Amino acid sequence: MAHDILDNSGFSADRKLKIVGTNPIKHDGWDKVTGAAKFSSDIVLPGMLVGKVLRSPHAHAVIKSIDTSAAEKLSGVKAVVTRADFPEIKEGTPYGDMTRMVIAREKVYHEGHPVAAVAATSESIAKRALKLIKVEYEVLPHVIDPVEAMKPDAPVLHAYMRTKGAKPGDAKVWADKASNVVERYELGVGDVAKGFAEAEFVVEHVYDTKPMHQGYIEPQSCVATASEEGEVELWCCTQAPFVYRDRLSEILKMDSSKIKVQQSELGGGFGGKTAFYAEPIAIQLARKARRPVKITFTRSEVFRGTGPVSGTQSRIKIGCRKDGTITAAEAELVFQTGPYSGSAFTNAPQAMFTRYDLPNVKTVSYEVVSNRPKVASFRAPCVPQVVFGVEDVMSELATKIGMDQIEFRLKNAMADGATTIYAEKFGKIGFIETLEAAKNCEHYKSPVPKGCGRGISTGFWFNRGGETSSSLQVAPDGSVTITLGTADVAGSRISISMMVAEELGIPVDKVRAVLADTHQLGFNRVTAGSRTTFSQGVVLVDCSRKVIKEMAGRAARIWKVPEEGVMFEDGMFRPASTNVGEFKPLSIADIAKQTTNTEGAIAARSDMNVTGAGPGFGCHIVDVKVDEETGFTEIVRYTVVEDAGKAIHPLQVEGQFQGGAVQGIGWALNEEYIFGTDGKMQNPGFLDYRMPVASDVPNIDTIIVEVPNPKHPYGLRGVGEVPVVPTMAAIANAIGNCIGIRPRSLPMSPPRLLKLLKEKKGKA
Amino acid sequence: MSELRYEAPESVSAAVALLAGAKGMARVLAGGTDVIVQMETELIEPELIVDIKKIPEVRGISAENGGFRVGAAATGMQICDHKEFARTWPGVIEGVKLIGSIQVKGRASMGGNLCNASPGADSVPPMFTAGAIARVVGPKGVREVPVEQIPTAPGKTSLAKDEIVTSFFFPARPKRSGDAYQRFTPRTEMDIAVTGVAINLSLDDKGVCTAARVAIGAVAPTALLVKDAGAALVGTKVDDAAIEKMVAAARAACKPIDDKRGTKEFRIEVTGVLAKRVAKAALERALANK
Ligand SMILES: Cc1cc2nc3c(=O)[nH]c(=O)nc-3n(C[C@H](O)[C@H](O)[C@H](O)COP(=O)(O)OP(=O)(O)OC[C@H]3O[C@@H](n4cnc5c(N)ncnc54)[C@H](O)[C@@H]3O)c2cc1C
Repeated sequence: MAHDILDNSGFSADRKLKIVGTNPIKHDGWDKVTGAAKFSSDIVLPGMLVGKVLRSPHAHAVIKSIDTSAAEKLSGVKAVVTRADFPEIKEGTPYGDMTRMVIAREKVYHEGHPVAAVAATSESIAKRALKLIKVEYEVLPHVIDPVEAMKPDAPVLHAYMRTKGAKPGDAKVWADKASNVVERYELGVGDVAKGFAEAEFVVEHVYDTKPMHQGYIEPQSCVATASEEGEVELWCCTQAPFVYRDRLSEILKMDSSKIKVQQSELGGGFGGKTAFYAEPIAIQLARKARRPVKITFTRSEVFRGTGPVSGTQSRIKIGCRKDGTITAAEAELVFQTGPYSGSAFTNAPQAMFTRYDLPNVKTVSYEVVSNRPKVASFRAPCVPQVVFGVEDVMSELATKIGMDQIEFRLKNAMADGATTIYAEKFGKIGFIETLEAAKNCEHYKSPVPKGCGRGISTGFWFNRGGETSSSLQVAPDGSVTITLGTADVAGSRISISMMVAEELGIPVDKVRAVLADTHQLGFNRVTAGSRTTFSQGVVLVDCSRKVIKEMAGRAARIWKVPEEGVMFEDGMFRPASTNVGEFKPLSIADIAKQTTNTEGAIAARSDMNVTGAGPGFGCHIVDVKVDEETGFTEIVRYTVVEDAGKAIHPLQVEGQFQGGAVQGIGWALNEEYIFGTDGKMQNPGFLDYRMPVASDVPNIDTIIVEVPNPKHPYGLRGVGEVPVVPTMAAIANAIGNCIGIRPRSLPMSPPRLLKLLKEKKGKA
Repeated sequence: MSELRYEAPESVSAAVALLAGAKGMARVLAGGTDVIVQMETELIEPELIVDIKKIPEVRGISAENGGFRVGAAATGMQICDHKEFARTWPGVIEGVKLIGSIQVKGRASMGGNLCNASPGADSVPPMFTAGAIARVVGPKGVREVPVEQIPTAPGKTSLAKDEIVTSFFFPARPKRSGDAYQRFTPRTEMDIAVTGVAINLSLDDKGVCTAARVAIGAVAPTALLVKDAGAALVGTKVDDAAIEKMVAAARAACKPIDDKRGTKEFRIEVTGVLAKRVAKAALERALANK
């Protein structure tokens, strides 16, 4: 269908699509599977040094002194840095805290906290140099568990800290002296007392989830150089090149224009590469040594030094009437954040019940510091942890009133136009369609296999837009490059290229996406929150339509007809009607090669703060089998149903669904940080930090629901976050139905399940 | 950290001489799937590495006196692919098969699995129950040592610093006998045993058990041969009552620790569960082995 080249209004439901919705091979795919793709650790520069970080052996200690003199004297050592090499910024401010996480100043706050770093001509010299650095510590009592950390007699991390939002009447927080509670946050609607009074059934339980590491395959790696003029170049694996640049500018006190961040291929991030760790250290070492410096973390450093996601303690209560109508919901949530604030915990109260239309809700949330690595983002930050409890309470209520699990959720489902607890009014949403698809799918309709239990659960994520700046260039041969300032964390390049190809009516092979450095474009927000394919779709469709308009103008001038006389259809510029005259249609290449006799290069740029992200909803169905003698859980069958709005590249969407579920399976069954009484992590490796391996998970079946987002030219919603949200709850519900007792604490590992089973037998 | 010396001698005597002459820490290198990992993670910083893979006699698998001689550095894949050996010692194969992935088994050896002296090593309990004899060579000559006498504590063996294991002898297997090994891990693969049980038993024509060896792994400082557990099966038809006794003996022998890999309580409990399952598997194999 020809579309009006002047119309940027966006979505059209009956547009015929040729490329969007197909599954071309990713342009970056071949190099990834053959090992040719260049990741940060593949970068080698002449004269490059190896950087190594010295980390705290203590969970909490004052640094009394650091003596680097012996290390500096070691032959082959070219630079040593400590806190003294970083600008002082006041603690308790965002950048003050950030610089202290990069390298400790007054105190170390967790085992693995960086204290110093060296750059040397070889790794073995660098390691030897670390051993020569003498750090004098005064060890302090530490606290790991957030609930412990909230107690009045807990060791306090920050003497200056006063709880934000402390409220008289809440004994958990106080404003007159230091506390480990960063903030108390209340969010609600209606009147819960009235709501619970109307309820005929009320269920309330306490839940516990553990911090979980993002578990990306590629450990952090970066290479930094500094010029004589003081400009810095940084190659690193990041989800947020522009954010890194601007934060580096703040903590190193240099102009952003003197810092160039180039993202490399990314070996997984899942939110974990939205914050920098060794990058500022590599830069300071490079500036001091006047040579390029590379720092690559070991897996142990990744575990001990980079962020997991928050663990939570939650109390959740929901009441409903016999007919299934929920009358009230209440939650009290505690989030662990590591030594400083940054858990994004307010997402949780906003998202935990959103998908159900609830008249009365009260939530109180606390963010708590403790002596463990600072948390980082992870798919739907802070939401899966609390949905773990919400969906258990929902399942128990459904069972109590004798209603089908999905029917109960449908009964309370948000419809188009619903208003959320955080006062957003939704437009077109697809939760009901998602539940219907789940209810009608073969898996849900099939009998539960013998010896198994089945669980279901649902989830929501906001999806995001935000600042996006990209450009599009048409080469004289008619091929197109798009320059993206967002990171490609999950194969977004192909999906974005497909939307451009669809707009321009050219094969997707004619479009190549380039990952820009920070000098090339305007500010781009972090790739997170399922925002990139959505936002880049808006921005690059805009760029595409701009170049089509430009080329139509050139066709008009070549033909010497008015601009309105040119139409664009199937990749060709044609006379809009026979009245315009007889002209041979011009392809994009026909026009692009005439830069010399027209107005020069054909390119467009678009910088937007993209809005209109469409919320996403999902429903998971899982069958598990538990070995009642060992507590081992086998995931027998798993189906993810989710609204993608529009699947640009369906296989990529399925990959997101499956990946989210697999990460959730690990979180549900075995993943857990184990700390000794000394506050040291005992399992900083994949042998004992038990992420699932391929044989632990069945093929994850997927059902893509498509309820288009009218605010996107192709109807897209984000799909990166929702797939992990319902997982742990779905598995816990399935385990509960299999063994007759519902685990409420993660991980649901064999020793824990066996203990539950024994308790149950003891009671029987 | 001193410089690392790497040697790859072509004879056992040369290897032994190198080890005897080492000043600092020396390590034999077979597949390296423990040694290299330990060096990478700085658990050990050896001064000398003696790679034994160039020595032919530590690498082969051959028939001997109705049994088998297996080179201490024969790889896991080599052992699994040896049809005769695999048919005769299915329990040993179950242990070897669990060592890492195919890639890891392409290098990993039973000699390394035993001499690394991890209590959770998977091929070790079935080697114990098979009654395998290690041939140990040192400057003073050759010793033939029952495998259960090699590991003494986590990471420690009874070998002198200049001794190496060159091969294992697996005795002839009588008819109506069979072995099995199972371990428990929270994941299906690429994990380390929380507990493991091997059983090798023989029956007479009437189905009465004439000999039985039971070994447990990962529940004590070394893998253990539990004599009482084996004795509980001898003279019985390996019925449920006998198995219950054997299970009790196996559980009683457990001296596990609470650690990141499992609680004491869990380990003892599941050792019994596995002992029961493994006894049934070994019995089935013995009955089928006519
Ligand atoms: C990813 C991965 C997964 C693994 N999974 C498992 C598993 O599931 N189960 C399991 O049991 N193990 C596992 N392992 C550990 C390891 O693979 C095994 O212990 C393996 O059998 C070691 O054999 P190797 O030949 O590689 O030993 P090496 O690393 O070469 O040697 C191990 C130790 O034994 C000594 N040694 C080796 N050969 C001799 C000899 N002939 N005489 C005297 N001393 C000797 C060495 O000096 C060293 O101390 C795993 C390892 C990895 C890397």
